[in-house]
Amino acid sequence: MSGGHVAPVSLYYTIFGALLVGTGLTVLVAFYDLGFMNNVVMLTIACAKALLVILYFMHVRWSSRLTWVVVGSGFFWLLIMFSITFSDYVSRGWMTGSLR
Amino acid sequence: MPDGQSRAEHFPGPLHRPPVRGGNAGVPDHHAHHPKLQHHFDDMEQQAEASTLGMWVFLVTEIMFFGGLFTAYLVYRYLNATAFQEASHHLAIGWGAFNTGVLILSSLTMAMAVRSAQTSQPRGTQVGWLAATMFLGLVFLGVKVIEYSEKFRDHIVPGPHFNKALWEHPSGAEIFYSLYFCMTGLHALHMIIGIGIMTVVSIMAWRRTFNANYYTPVEVSGLYWHFVDIVWIFLFPLLYLIGRHYGGHA
Repeated sequence: MSGGHVAPVSLYYTIFGALLVGTGLTVLVAFYDLGFMNNVVMLTIACAKALLVILYFMHVRWSSRLTWVVVGSGFFWLLIMFSITFSDYVSRGWMTGSLR
Repeated sequence: MPDGQSRAEHFPGPLHRPPVRGGNAGVPDHHAHHPKLQHHFDDMEQQAEASTLGMWVFLVTEIMFFGGLFTAYLVYRYLNATAFQEASHHLAIGWGAFNTGVLILSSLTMAMAVRSAQTSQPRGTQVGWLAATMFLGLVFLGVKVIEYSEKFRDHIVPGPHFNKALWEHPSGAEIFYSLYFCMTGLHALHMIIGIGIMTVVSIMAWRRTFNANYYTPVEVSGLYWHFVDIVWIFLFPLLYLIGRHYGGHA
């Protein structure tokens, strides 16, 4: 009646298992020295875990397109904040000497 | 869309509905409908969707709220990479991993609480899942208390008593711990508020408010709880796991 999708219990337990595996994996990888790749692996696993929670536990997979747009916009604006901030910080010093 | 059609049929609604606006919960209507349906919505489905969407808009503001702190973290880590590794090395990875597991389990019990309301389970089942969620939230906060008091004991809390002698890079380590306490503190505050919300929702569940026709409050507070879990999913690796090789190639 109120239109909510009832997900099977087994799906929730599967997602839970996947999240635990992801946590174990990210801890394990942290003990290997991969240099910068440590950050890439760590954040990839974190994003994958967040995506599982959003899609299944938060029911976005079965939500309206409008919900998808709102959820997406949140992370889109976050990326704008990161990228514009870092376009400043990372490029500082690139011009050292040449413009002075 | 069948949805759009039914809304189009209802479009001249105000003409054949009693012209009462706002606060008319007790006013009898000629249409038989769910007592929880507010009169400015066409049906329960539309009402539930509006609530969920509203919650998501709030969560978008929360993403930006925590996003400011994550940006600060990224900037200062970029500027103090080695100091952040050294400082992170000092955090108890075991407690952090344990708490991650606790929060993930609490997200599962929360999802099950919503599901038990969706499927009109007895109130004992609904309250049971909610109580499990609150209990796991309290376990998380208890571990946080242990961790925080260790930091106070060891003088790792930023401020006049911060022990600079512990570190090779004391000023960067102090920035790391400022961010650690801000981010985990704000997260813990969200957990405390979440437990408060779950208390209210549990009382509603005990009063048999929720069933397959109406469970929006459980659903919406579940969204909040899962959001807080997601914040921790990012906090855990960024704070606890970046310092394992300090001294290795620093």
